[in-house]
Amino acid sequence: MKPILELEKVVVRFGGLVAVSAVDFHVGEGELVGLIGPNGAGKTTLFNVITGVYKPTEGGIRFDGQTVGGLSASDITSRGIARTFQNIRLFSSLSVLDNVVAAFNLHLKSGFLGALWRGKQFREQERAVHEEALQLLDVFGLKSAAHQPCRSLAYGDQRRLEIVRALATKPRLLLLDEPAAGMNPTEKVELMRLIRFTQERFGPAVLLVEHDMKVVMGICQRIAVLEYGRKIAEGTPGEIQQDRRVIAAYLGEEVVDA
Amino acid sequence: MGSRNSLLLCVLVFAVVSALFTGHPEAAWPLAQIDDYLLNILIMAGINVILAVSLNIVSGHTGQFSLGHAGFMAVGAYGSAAVTQIGGKPILNALSFLGGAAPICMFVLSLLAGGFLAAVAGLAVGLPSLRLKGDYLAIVTLGFGEIIRVVIQNTEAVGGARGLTGIPAFTTLGWTWGLAAFCIYCVSALIRSTYGRGFLAVRDDEIAAEAMGVNTTKYKVTAFVVGSFFAGLAGALYAHLIGYITPEGFSFLKSVDVVVMVILGGMGSTLGVTVAAILLTVLNELLRQAEQYRMVAFALLLIVLMIARPQGLLGGIDRWLQARRNRS
Amino acid sequence: MNEFLQQLINGLSLGAVYALIALGYTMVYGVLRFINFAHGDVFMVGAFSGMYLSRWLKPLLAHWPEWLFAVVVLAGSMAFCGVLGIVIEKLAYKPLRERPRLTVLITAIGVSLLLEYSGQLLFGAAPRGFPSLIESRSLSGLGELHATNIQAFVLTATALLLGGLHLIVMRTRMGLAMRALSLNPTAAMLMGVNTNVVISFTFGLGSALAAAGAIFYASLYQAIEPFMGVLPGMKAFVAAVLGGVGSLPGAMVGGLILGVVETLVVGYSKVLGIPPGYRDAVAFVILILILLFKPSGLFGKQQREKV
Repeated sequence: MKPILELEKVVVRFGGLVAVSAVDFHVGEGELVGLIGPNGAGKTTLFNVITGVYKPTEGGIRFDGQTVGGLSASDITSRGIARTFQNIRLFSSLSVLDNVVAAFNLHLKSGFLGALWRGKQFREQERAVHEEALQLLDVFGLKSAAHQPCRSLAYGDQRRLEIVRALATKPRLLLLDEPAAGMNPTEKVELMRLIRFTQERFGPAVLLVEHDMKVVMGICQRIAVLEYGRKIAEGTPGEIQQDRRVIAAYLGEEVVDA
Repeated sequence: MGSRNSLLLCVLVFAVVSALFTGHPEAAWPLAQIDDYLLNILIMAGINVILAVSLNIVSGHTGQFSLGHAGFMAVGAYGSAAVTQIGGKPILNALSFLGGAAPICMFVLSLLAGGFLAAVAGLAVGLPSLRLKGDYLAIVTLGFGEIIRVVIQNTEAVGGARGLTGIPAFTTLGWTWGLAAFCIYCVSALIRSTYGRGFLAVRDDEIAAEAMGVNTTKYKVTAFVVGSFFAGLAGALYAHLIGYITPEGFSFLKSVDVVVMVILGGMGSTLGVTVAAILLTVLNELLRQAEQYRMVAFALLLIVLMIARPQGLLGGIDRWLQARRNRS
Repeated sequence: MNEFLQQLINGLSLGAVYALIALGYTMVYGVLRFINFAHGDVFMVGAFSGMYLSRWLKPLLAHWPEWLFAVVVLAGSMAFCGVLGIVIEKLAYKPLRERPRLTVLITAIGVSLLLEYSGQLLFGAAPRGFPSLIESRSLSGLGELHATNIQAFVLTATALLLGGLHLIVMRTRMGLAMRALSLNPTAAMLMGVNTNVVISFTFGLGSALAAAGAIFYASLYQAIEPFMGVLPGMKAFVAAVLGGVGSLPGAMVGGLILGVVETLVVGYSKVLGIPPGYRDAVAFVILILILLFKPSGLFGKQQREKV
């Protein structure tokens, strides 16, 4: 499988604190990979450095063969990496539809004069974008709420909207940061179905950070485990469940030795 | 074309027609009987509308709270006056081949000069301010406004602290409201495009915006440049209305005046701030007798507004109108 | 060299005033995370209250020694402004505790305007002379340098006040509460810190220091008017940023540095080629440079937004 994302000895340091240390990691095209680890292991930091929120202190990040470490976040997104956030970050003053339309900006010809003149080409483009956004919402069952303020959606629907919004950027790699947080078991099952459906329908590779083991073991093809900023294990769900170091990391040394 | 656009078109037509057919402020035909005092108020209202709508783009739509708008107005005022007053005679001579249209052309040139100089100033302020947020951004924009004022004050070539007098009175009702309509149109058009969505995304959540591919730098800088361009136009119109400008008139307090209009009208609502600008211009005039009490009343209004209704009087109106349109 | 030392003396006196005002900004930012725009105008009220207090008390305390009278006026003015600061916080800022910081900033601008224009209504716009609490005398024994006893008083009193502040913040329970609140408001509340009391105390303390700064400023420059707080207020804020917002030593150092730099720029204007009229721009240029290159200031900590 051709790797679409490659991390090579990535280090992220904040002043004296080393959040991520010499991590080698890759995600293949179309793969569904999970990233787990105890709290503070550096999972979200890794997400942030992949998506450009942070710059890597050392090491290389390559997407589709091209170096992306150090680029701005919007640059990285334009190359095909999108994400959702641990704490939902929707555009709170916008409607459900507008949240998605905003994410299409990336692929539109944003002519300043065109916007002022509003000729045929401009209006056609606007119409097409709104149409496509509505279709996307429809696929995920949010079309009926299109004109509502996004804040009025239920929590689970807001999470779904965040995924829809990320998909609007037409990513080839989708990063999901704890998408199951705050969900009940039924919603989690629905989420797992949703993620699998997203991959089948739209084709991006998915990198998932998640604490809920049922979700991770249930859908991921491969899992990487971080502890204190280092990768301590990598393998299939079955392998990870048996790995001594992983068990020690989550449950403590004594349990393993006993 | 929506109903709002048709209305704008009517205003635009009226403005263009009256601008074309007049040489004198009083000659706009339905208002031929209007007296100078009332006319001046109407023109000031138009200038304030441009100021408020242009600040709204920066602070309301893009969420970059700016306390230095008067600085851009000053650049526009002095920049345009440099063309008509300081460079007056030589430029008129250069344009003499246009005959009777020469003065108007000079005025147009001065407006463009004022606008573009102010836009450059907007770029100079917007770029360093990119990384700043909230309180710090407010103070830095205030600082830039003050720096502009101090520089003008110390530049003898434009009159220094004494100010610049003898600016020809080119501003008419037609020009003012024509440009105001143009400003409103530009802002409304931008809002309903990738730019508007970019502005609002930057305002709501910069990090999420960047993650969705919205180039926050591009949109913040665009907002500053567009906002300052129109502020410059407003300044140019002002200079050619009053005929006399001083650096004191473009101080922080003037910036606050415009901020009050934007807040009263509701940040992010073009219609709201337009109405608020007109309202406050009229109110200012009515209270001119009680000048001293006016500012105290305004200050109290601001405090009460923030506690009781921070979205301004007309804060939700744009969304309400949009919702009605969606339902139909 | 003498010229330089002379400028230094003048600059430090000005800097002392900036430091006192800057402390108020930084303390309030530390506990409430917003810039109290109205702080510079509390400074102005301090000057006027000093003037009126002095007029009122002079006949009553005519036989008291000069310096004691000055201290009484100083203390009275500080107390008055302390109370004013607490009242402003309770009425205008407290209702907005949970709101976005922008809303509070705008309210603060409103309070600032209210104080300025009410002052104009009450006191008139024309500058008034500040009564000399202490008769100005040149200090001897400094050779060619010129310093007045007022400057000496200002520097000494400022040092004492700063020392007192240090004691309060580092050695008292209230000071500990202030520091806890500025580091982590939620944790502080959970540990039993009475947030409202601490915030009121912070405002009161900051405002009292501003009043002291005002008395010193008015004694040095002798004219007071309702808008006198606008520029010093902004400059003091720059000083707070220079030192690192939230850091008390930072505000002190920042204020002194700013006072000295401003005085030097004016004093050496011919050599530097900068006309003295640009004096007010100095602070803003410094502000922009700091925020561009070292936003956390000299002593501040780098704040990171959690994503």
